[in-house]
Amino acid sequence: MTTHTTAAAPPVATRRRRAPRAGGSTLLRRRQRWGWLFVTPFLIVFATFLVFPLVYAFGMSLFTSTLATGTDFTGVGNYVKAFSDPLFLEGMLRVLAFAVVMIPAQLIVALAAALVLDTLATRLSKLSRLFIFVPYAIPGVIGALMWSFLYSPRFGPGATIFGAFGLETPDFLAADSIFGSLVNIVTWQWAGYYMVVIYAALRSIDPSIYEAARIDGANGWQTAMRIKVPMIGSSMVMVIMFALIGTLQFFTEPVVLRNVAQGAIDAAYTPNMYAYSLAFSYSQFNYASAIAFSLGALVFAGSFLFLFLTRKQSGLK
Amino acid sequence: MKSKFLAAGGAVAVVAAALTGCSAGGAEEASCTNEIVNADATQVDVWAWYPEFEAVVDLFNETHEDVQVCWTNAGQGNDEYTKFSTALEAGSGAPDVIQLESEVISSFSIRDGLVDLADYGASDVQGDYTEGAWKDVSSGDAVYAIPVDGGPMGMLYRQDILDEHGIAAPTTWDEFAAAAQALKDAGAPGVLADFPTNGRAYNQALFAQAGSVPFDYDNANPTKIGIDVNDEGSKKVLAYWNDLVEKGLVATDDAFTADYNTKLVDGSYAIYVAAAWGPGYLGGLSDADSDAEWRAAPVPQWDAANPVQINWGGSAFSVTSQAKDKEAAALVAKEIFGTEEAWKLGIEQAALFPLWKPILDSDYFRDLEYPFFGGQQINKDVFLEAAGGYTGFTFSPFQNYAYDQLTEQLFAMVEGEKDSATALDDLQISLEKYATEQGFTLK
Repeated sequence: MTTHTTAAAPPVATRRRRAPRAGGSTLLRRRQRWGWLFVTPFLIVFATFLVFPLVYAFGMSLFTSTLATGTDFTGVGNYVKAFSDPLFLEGMLRVLAFAVVMIPAQLIVALAAALVLDTLATRLSKLSRLFIFVPYAIPGVIGALMWSFLYSPRFGPGATIFGAFGLETPDFLAADSIFGSLVNIVTWQWAGYYMVVIYAALRSIDPSIYEAARIDGANGWQTAMRIKVPMIGSSMVMVIMFALIGTLQFFTEPVVLRNVAQGAIDAAYTPNMYAYSLAFSYSQFNYASAIAFSLGALVFAGSFLFLFLTRKQSGLK
Repeated sequence: MKSKFLAAGGAVAVVAAALTGCSAGGAEEASCTNEIVNADATQVDVWAWYPEFEAVVDLFNETHEDVQVCWTNAGQGNDEYTKFSTALEAGSGAPDVIQLESEVISSFSIRDGLVDLADYGASDVQGDYTEGAWKDVSSGDAVYAIPVDGGPMGMLYRQDILDEHGIAAPTTWDEFAAAAQALKDAGAPGVLADFPTNGRAYNQALFAQAGSVPFDYDNANPTKIGIDVNDEGSKKVLAYWNDLVEKGLVATDDAFTADYNTKLVDGSYAIYVAAAWGPGYLGGLSDADSDAEWRAAPVPQWDAANPVQINWGGSAFSVTSQAKDKEAAALVAKEIFGTEEAWKLGIEQAALFPLWKPILDSDYFRDLEYPFFGGQQINKDVFLEAAGGYTGFTFSPFQNYAYDQLTEQLFAMVEGEKDSATALDDLQISLEKYATEQGFTLK
């Protein structure tokens, strides 16, 4: 903490002192010119692959193209349709339900693992840290494919495990269990990643605080709940933020599982999947753009609201 | 300062080179899966997913001086259509010739994605195909593809399983239901058959057997469409299957999954109601029962006195609107499967069912014995008759959507959420709504 401030302070001071002495704005402008030059490669890529496609897609969303009659300019017509489209709204509600279940699940697993690993200092803990993180290193599609086999009533271990207790094997891919199956895949994949973020935050807490707590008579549980968790608030906010955006854009796992459970996961299961099928299966590129922008707007609004509500914890205030 | 400036200039140059490098990359030659024999000839890019297709391509290239085929496998069915659809929207990136199932021809021709081959000598080869096959690829005077293989339907069954339980192979759907009951009563570990809710063209074919004509559509009049998916025939067929499902006499597993593939060959289903490409599909699956005895029989009928033949799948070659040399592309579409040598490869190695009459009508094909079926001459016994009785089918220009909706309704039905008649009525409503949204007038 202290080293940080001393290292950061001098440049600020010198810049302030040097700028007026060296002729003021001319140098600043020349500096800026160099700055722009170095930023240019990024800006070109950014404009080509992000800004331009976004503008293009937004332009597309203002037109309506039908199979029989061709393309017409309809302004916000597609957006009006999107927000009254039951498929889009149901998908939105579904990802909200996923957010409510999935984010706490990931957070609890990640936080518990990080707190335990932070307290341990054996070689075993390093190894466990690695193992908890490994699922994140597996590409999302591969992970989902792997789970689709594990869930399979024929190839999966379900029959063996449940059979050992004399129970009937549940169908993990049925309409009423697919929700839980998807939550499980995502938690498995992402909890390790969030664990590493939280763990890193825990390591940056000054250990002398724990010492003080111990002298005051706090036990391990109290130290964890009263000191560690509040002190890593900003990291927790960031993790929830990641999880929230990821969940609202839920796509990869349901798409992969759809191959083995077409009835349980329909083409409009999540808003992102709906946009994908509209564009690539039903060739309604214009309406798909409108759905994508509507989703983007909702994700933006949701993230903004969340950051506003947690501004105290995250230190944004 | 000077050296810094040079370094910066160098960086800009590198970036500029990288960017121009990108744009220059687009002009390079498409990479082919096969070897080009005659490098100076016109090249025609072909997308196709036929198994063992390379030998057929090589044969074409070796026998053609001025046209060469450059083949790419861009995925099977929907995977390929997705890419083609995106290329059409983008205005570039489509191949010259593309393998399509006849069910999607209207979907692409309405988007001006396919060339009318009537202008490129399609009529020269019309006589080589049956009327039903030709109807599937044409609309009025326009011809949007050259037929390749077909999917006349038959019934593949496990002789050993049926014998074990003393059940005769059913010839009508009534016998089929009785056999399903008998198999269950005998305590067999499997069921008689599967009724996949995602069967798509398969389910459609079963409806068609009872007289369902779901779509009335003609490319010459592209803004009008007739939709009739909740007719009496479809309702009868679906009620029949729903009854079997409710009694637990058939499975409702999704088709084309790893689970399904295993169950097809491990005895979980005693009967596989299949198309002529089904034997090839079965032959390619692993984990098969080593002592399985497969036999083929005609598809069960509603009325044994008036048999109705149906078709499931099969494919054709179309020339895309983005083809560079449409003359050469049309030549490839017409000739690539237009020789006996090519068809022998297609039949013996890829297990295709030919629609090209010179081979379809040949003694060779009729008398061919299939080791998979214990030497049975399945073409003579089953599929030739099925192919001959097929009169063609009309699909909608939004067939993919129609199939997705059908799957949703069938799934709701087997989950017990609605009865079969309601499922089809709801399907009718959703398709009518979609067609209207897409600017069609309902007939």
